[in-house]
Amino acid sequence: MSLRAPGRQTSPATAAGTDTDAWIRVAGLDKTYPARRSDPTVALQGIDLSVRRGEFVSVVGPSGCGKTTLLKILAGLVGRSEGEVEIAGTDVRGPLPQIGMVFQAATLLPWRTVRQNVLVPVEVQGLDKEKFGRRADELLEMVGLAEFANSYPYELSGGMQQRAGICRALVHDPAVLLMDEPFGALDAMTREYMNVELLRIWQQSGKTIVLVTHSIPEAVFLSDRVVVLSARPGRIAEVIDVELDRPRELSVMASDRAGIYVERIRRHFNATSVID
Amino acid sequence: MTTATPTGAPVAGPPGPAAKKAAKKAAKQRRSGRFDVRERPELLLVPGVFVVLIVLWEFVIPLFVDDYVLPVPSRIVESLWSQLTDALFWGHLEVTLRESLIGFVIGVGTAVLLGTAISQVRLVEKTLMPYVVAFQTVPKVALAPLFVVWFGFGLTSKIVMAAVISFFPMLINVIEGLKAADADRIQMLTVFGASKLQIFRMVRLPSAMPFIFAGLDIGIVFAILGAVVGEFIGAKEGLGYLLLQTNYNFDIAGMFAVLVVLSVLGLLAHSLIRFTQRKVAFWAEESRVIAA
Ligand SMILES: Nc1ncnc2c1ncn2[C@@H]1O[C@H](COP(=O)(O)OP(=O)(O)O)[C@@H](O)[C@H]1O
Ligand SMILES: [Mg+2]
Repeated sequence: MSLRAPGRQTSPATAAGTDTDAWIRVAGLDKTYPARRSDPTVALQGIDLSVRRGEFVSVVGPSGCGKTTLLKILAGLVGRSEGEVEIAGTDVRGPLPQIGMVFQAATLLPWRTVRQNVLVPVEVQGLDKEKFGRRADELLEMVGLAEFANSYPYELSGGMQQRAGICRALVHDPAVLLMDEPFGALDAMTREYMNVELLRIWQQSGKTIVLVTHSIPEAVFLSDRVVVLSARPGRIAEVIDVELDRPRELSVMASDRAGIYVERIRRHFNATSVID
Repeated sequence: MTTATPTGAPVAGPPGPAAKKAAKKAAKQRRSGRFDVRERPELLLVPGVFVVLIVLWEFVIPLFVDDYVLPVPSRIVESLWSQLTDALFWGHLEVTLRESLIGFVIGVGTAVLLGTAISQVRLVEKTLMPYVVAFQTVPKVALAPLFVVWFGFGLTSKIVMAAVISFFPMLINVIEGLKAADADRIQMLTVFGASKLQIFRMVRLPSAMPFIFAGLDIGIVFAILGAVVGEFIGAKEGLGYLLLQTNYNFDIAGMFAVLVVLSVLGLLAHSLIRFTQRKVAFWAEESRVIAA
């Protein structure tokens, strides 16, 4: 899994949608869900966002502000109403093979073993079963599910299922990883462990990661940049560059500098609403 | 599993062997509860009620009801025994079995094909659903005389009856089942680039399994019913024919004997399907299965 370890000691602070270096480019994105009875829901409005190749970006925002919608648009699952969305120079009109996604709910298939679930992308994309089977085993080992490879999802706790879902998103070695509150179901200890592991994978593989989270400290610990969305309709309230040194250890969260970032993000929510 | 961070501070690993042990223990408790009478009093109550009813029937009912109108259980068992030792009876049983099974396979097979087409192709659904709903309201048993006229006194008319009557519950269950797939699971497969066919095979079909088995379960019982009704209308062999013969001869004990055989047949078919379901659709997911 060790591909390249790009040096990212400094984090350039460009945020606008004009970045030519952009790997994911979102410009003037609007999303309105039509409604039959009531008024249509404006989920996202005027989103401009560029993510560089190999960058780690987190998205935080109040419940219902359109975080999941944004990820689903990037994943090609949901159409947009207005604006441009490009990944690696390709206009996103449907799911792209270089994307891996972790869902808010684990969404494992109950009729498949954990290992078979992890191998779903491999099977669907017709990849080499043997080669990627070994990778699946490595990933399961990494998240502590090696013993459960041949168990069925109903034999696993919610947190364990979620970890299997993470393995599934990584198994085909996608260049872009979209994660929708992946650690919400985990206990605090496992969550920290998974955070550290995710950083390690990211550092080794050079993946581009967009993570939606409801934990501000988690966003600060992991990200190069944190995108703060406002309450519905979701607009970008602020994009914060997190200039903490890499590689990071959990202890960095006890530092004043991390605390300042956390406070700065939290200020956005004290006035408006509960963060999701 | 413990992983050291670069500073040397250990980070808690995810649960390992301990969690597995706990899960196994819970499963064991669940298993042992299966035959624990304190947890499941019905294990005693169901056979208990049966014994009480039989005793009442054997010794109390004859005080009020004439024996040849309602024979006592011991006479029914006697009659059953004489049937079971008679080669002629096995011939009747075989005929009914053959009619029911062939009819069942045809009815259920057609329902699977048609149900798949209806649930997957919008145009087919729009075109055929009104007919399905209209035919569903027709009391299928009432068609039996018609089938005897069309297909004669032989096996064919009964097979058609069994097929028609087992077709509808299966059809409705296949349609509902193939639509019951969880939208999130379909989205998950879509993200990873699955084709329509892959989604059908990997999510829709397994999601439909509980429904399909519900359809099979009702279908097999209905198929036996259809064959017997067909034999009532016009036949020279089969358990339905035997039932009518015993009736003409005022052999009420004989009638009961045939009824017992038919019930056991239905029960066996039902158990076989439930057994297969537990093997094939073992994940036992909650689902809103159509009853009939
Ligand atoms: N498929 C949909 N149809 C209609 N409205 C939707 C749909 N999905 C989400 N919404 C609405 O869009 C808004 C944003 O939803 P979502 O992206 O799930 O927010 P978040 O993930 O930030 O909580 C919410 O008001 C939600 O009700
Ligand atoms: Mg969400």
